[in-house]
Amino acid sequence: MSAQQQTLWLFGGIGALLVLASAVGWLLKWRFAARGATDHPVIGNLNARISAWWAMVAAIGVAFVFGDTGIIVLFALVSFFALREFITLTPTRRADHVALLVAFFIVLPGQYLLVAQRQYGMFAIFIPVYAYLLLPVLQALSADTVRFLERSAKVQWGLMISVYCISHVPALLMLDIPGYAGRNALLLCFLVFVAQISDVLQYVWGKLLGRRKAAPELSPSKTVEGLVGGVASATALGAALWWITPFGPLQAAGMALLIAALGFLGGLVMSAIKRDRGVKDWGHMIEGHGGMLDRLDSVCFAAPIFFHVVRYFYTP
Amino acid sequence: MTQASGPGPGARTVAGTAGGLAAALIIGFARLVTGVRARWIGCVPGPAQRIYFANHASHGDFVLLWSALPPALRAHTRPVAGADYWLAGRLRRWLIEAVFRGVLVERGGAARENADPLAPLLQALDQGDSLIIFPEGTRNTAEVMLPFKSGLYHLARQRPAVELVPVWLENLNRVMPKGEALPVPLLCSVSFGAPMRLEAGEDKQDFLERARQRIIDLQTP
Repeated sequence: MSAQQQTLWLFGGIGALLVLASAVGWLLKWRFAARGATDHPVIGNLNARISAWWAMVAAIGVAFVFGDTGIIVLFALVSFFALREFITLTPTRRADHVALLVAFFIVLPGQYLLVAQRQYGMFAIFIPVYAYLLLPVLQALSADTVRFLERSAKVQWGLMISVYCISHVPALLMLDIPGYAGRNALLLCFLVFVAQISDVLQYVWGKLLGRRKAAPELSPSKTVEGLVGGVASATALGAALWWITPFGPLQAAGMALLIAALGFLGGLVMSAIKRDRGVKDWGHMIEGHGGMLDRLDSVCFAAPIFFHVVRYFYTP
Repeated sequence: MTQASGPGPGARTVAGTAGGLAAALIIGFARLVTGVRARWIGCVPGPAQRIYFANHASHGDFVLLWSALPPALRAHTRPVAGADYWLAGRLRRWLIEAVFRGVLVERGGAARENADPLAPLLQALDQGDSLIIFPEGTRNTAEVMLPFKSGLYHLARQRPAVELVPVWLENLNRVMPKGEALPVPLLCSVSFGAPMRLEAGEDKQDFLERARQRIIDLQTP
């Protein structure tokens, strides 16, 4: 099968999943309304989430039409929205203005330009070395020392999570995997699909069977049943998608398990940050889900590790 | 005295088309940068004539409030701005007159020479327009709001039928602090509180303090 046929099959399958989800959501709503009750918050939220999924899949589909450039631009925008959410919740001071301008308008586009130019070496160190050292210098030059370490640490964290980590998703396009030329976009789909379906299935299993809370201090909605069921079924689905990857079925299962596990842990870390800041969601951008970072917390943590594992084992 | 400038409500002429286009561009830009979210907490967007009064930290303030309004209301809602700042230079003058259709008031020394600096505001209200005002009088760089100037009280007393709506602009002081030229993109929200009116026999200071408190009450903890 050619890369194009595989892409069509994949998107067709995701479309079928969404049709199924919409049908279930519609049925639940209809059955609930038939009982004469007015409104159910969980069903309402479920339907909002499903509609948002349609929009998100459509956005990725449009990006794919424009090829590698479309994908890189899409994730640059995703990083922009994520960084905006992160910095909004971070109490910076007026003296940080220049550093924030540099983060948004120089570091962020710079990182994605490096992805587009396939400059792996500079891509890997641009933020951890150059931005890491330059931004606190700009903040120090403003001569405001109040909460200095906290302020510079938070800007660094925002850039690492929202830009550096997320940029590893389109960075998959620059890997030269023998026998897999021209199909890297499918590897990107594998990563995003497994991370997202793991979130969805954790939610579904948790709602159906959830009893014991997995991390009550961090995220009250996460349950042990949801975690085990979600990660296991995401691993199985990942294995079933081996034909779009350079992996064998068992390797694909291992990769999917890695993505799902890191995604869960990433969700915990991002929840801890939200608790610390006293909010439930990062933003309001995606109806039913919260903000961009609420949707991408798992991808943030899975993407860099997945990228490097693939690079280590599958490229010469 | 500077007269209320710009055409009346809904009267954008051919000459005003460039202004309307510029307004749409500025609003689009503000939305892109701040992802502005309107939170109608105490009232709904409706046709009632209103004076929106808000905290003031940035030149972007009324643009943000403006872009949070539905377009139909926006066409009849005019910002009140200082003539000394906005009439200095051709671009500013064009922006405030053709784009924002602002109502200009004299501040400081110029105001004391004139009998009633509120005349252009009253005139705009009598035309049926709603107003956006910043009762702190100047862009505030401190963490707490400044005491209110008395203009809001006089408007409330002279036009008692108009609803006074408190508005809290969140985060814009971080997007574009006073003195900075480039905006940092951060999420902003505009919270609209319950309309208030001047109570019978209410003292000026009490009223202004009550109005200020109504904005403070809108702040998200």
